[in-house]
Amino acid sequence: MSEELYERMAQSIIEGEKEIAVELATKAIELNIHPLDAIAKGFVVGVNYIGDQFGKGEAFLPELVMAGEAMKAAVGVLEPELLKLGEARETLGRVVLATVEGDIHEIGKTLVGTMLSASGFEVTDLGVDQPAEKIIGKAIEIDAQIIGMSALLTTTMIRQREVIEELDKEGLRPRIKVMVGGAPITKSWAEKINADGTAEDAMGAVQLAKKLVGKE
Amino acid sequence: MQPKLTLLTNDLIERILDEAHQLLLKPGVKVNNREARELLTSAGAQVDAETNVVHIPTQIVHKTTASVPNEFYLYNSDGNPAVKYGGDTVHFDPGSSGIAMLNPETLEHETTETSHLLKLIKVAEQLPQYDAQSTAVICHDVPQQIQDSYRLYLALLYSKKPIVTGAFTNKTVNEMIEMLAILAGGRDAAREKPRAIFDVCPAPPLIWSDFASGNLIALARAGIPAEIVSVPLAGAAAPVTLLGAVTQHTAECLAGIAIHQLAQAGSPIVWGGAAAIFDMKKGATPMGAVETAMLDCSYAQVAKTLNIPTHTYLGATDSKLVDAQAGLESGITAMIGALSGINMISGSGMLDFLSCHSAEKLVIDAEGIAMAKRMIAGVQLHTETLATGFYDDNINFKGGDFLKQKITMQLFRKEQHLPSNVIDRDSMHNWKQAGSLDAFARAKAIVNELLASYSRPQLDETAEQALHAFMLTLARNAGMNALPALEDTAIANTIG
Repeated sequence: MSEELYERMAQSIIEGEKEIAVELATKAIELNIHPLDAIAKGFVVGVNYIGDQFGKGEAFLPELVMAGEAMKAAVGVLEPELLKLGEARETLGRVVLATVEGDIHEIGKTLVGTMLSASGFEVTDLGVDQPAEKIIGKAIEIDAQIIGMSALLTTTMIRQREVIEELDKEGLRPRIKVMVGGAPITKSWAEKINADGTAEDAMGAVQLAKKLVGKE
Repeated sequence: MQPKLTLLTNDLIERILDEAHQLLLKPGVKVNNREARELLTSAGAQVDAETNVVHIPTQIVHKTTASVPNEFYLYNSDGNPAVKYGGDTVHFDPGSSGIAMLNPETLEHETTETSHLLKLIKVAEQLPQYDAQSTAVICHDVPQQIQDSYRLYLALLYSKKPIVTGAFTNKTVNEMIEMLAILAGGRDAAREKPRAIFDVCPAPPLIWSDFASGNLIALARAGIPAEIVSVPLAGAAAPVTLLGAVTQHTAECLAGIAIHQLAQAGSPIVWGGAAAIFDMKKGATPMGAVETAMLDCSYAQVAKTLNIPTHTYLGATDSKLVDAQAGLESGITAMIGALSGINMISGSGMLDFLSCHSAEKLVIDAEGIAMAKRMIAGVQLHTETLATGFYDDNINFKGGDFLKQKITMQLFRKEQHLPSNVIDRDSMHNWKQAGSLDAFARAKAIVNELLASYSRPQLDETAEQALHAFMLTLARNAGMNALPALEDTAIANTIG
């Protein structure tokens, strides 16, 4: 019975069917299925599948994003139940995401946020045009393990270095890891500015984040 | 709305037809086949017994063009219509009758044999951009007398798609028609749902050879579609002007149609060609030249005025390698052919003035064809409102907003052609990680994948055995003891 429900949960994520995912999450609560089981045995299976397909070039961005959105919606239903049970979903880690000061391009960063949260991270997305002090302030506030910064322009990518230098100055590293991304960002840039890593796409960012928190 | 490219005004088309009618009277057409001359003279044409030049009155031309079917279909091996000739429908098939194939490792142009043709068929079979197969290269490992029928035999064994083919003699055209009848279950069935179409080539200027005329007559009577491949070479074997060459092309097609329709009115025939300009520096016939494509676009317009189905040779290159020249000539001319609304566009995969084939080029050309087909699918109306319906309460004025809409997921595959991995849209980093490959190297990898994933279609066992026995007899008559060994089949290739 619940096996079949888990399968339908995974399927709802694969098909990006937010409404169905919410319906199934509600049903799980009615059936007294533990919310953590619903997430781990049902919905997450779907996210992993679509992530895999995307990696192979067989799924496309809209499908990836819709899966992430459906996952977010399902978890949104299940989380209050967890709290009632006095439990919390064990998150893989807390992440602050932002696009650096002077830059307003955030499609990629938003995608990273969607996939990170679908994969079990707790994501705080500050949005675009964020100065160093705001990014660092938020990271301290929520006790984040990771800061993720994006930049699309070669003129704004240098801001990533400023944030890292500021973190170093305040002695917040290596407690807080830094991942950088964006069209002009290369591995050698990430090394040059002493970031903890960069990835090519949203699924790569999830892998990197897992590695940085030691939960590969 | 299907976008259309037209180069001629109606007034010019009328003048082309009028002057083509004049050419058919004077100087007339050289018809080197007795039966064809008799058909024409019985209908009222005058013939010069010494030169075989026939002067065809315009009323014969009017009558015979009027009896040509405006549309017909080619069928796949399941008996379903797969290619429509007529109107502005556009299809592509690999070029035909190459004599060499590019070895992707040595870059040599190898003399083609059975294995080369099978490789091309297997690759084209799995690329949906190719609506039909062609008997793409000549197999030099069988005697000349059976090279045409043997190509068709292989295509019938290894493909489900319709086949663009052609015979090399008046004897073999009947043998090839018989092969189609064997698989279809009789001559009537082969006519009812034709699987193949036969290219028939007049010689420029204004010559219908014994064998080409004979093929027209045999095909007309069998009801198997014929495709005229008229090849005016502007500046050498046809007038140097594009309009002059198109007019000669028109006259050659009209004469062919007259012979064909007089043999059997109502039989399917296509107005086609492999026109080219003549390169005045190298004495070559460039298939990748823009003027070549302009000739084709123009003659297709003439055919459409007469409501006759169309064919052309575009999407090929004169380069010897699958390089930048190959890409630009093939892509641009494929696009022009598609925009001209030509029913069958042959030539993909071909290099070196249609003499050399390449499986890798077929893979790359498939993407050019996909672009051309996407282009003629036009800008479509998918939603009730154009844009306002997309801006609901969930719009956050963020760049990724539309990625989160269900309608994006539903419609992106309809709006966008999703290219194969031969097209590079990777980031610099990922491209380097994948080995910094160019399009040719990526195409090589895809060819290998396609060869690995290919499986031979299931044919009716009795029909397959009968086809095979027929081919073996032809081979024996040509002096062979065995046909070349075929992989993927359990067929015995020796004479029992």
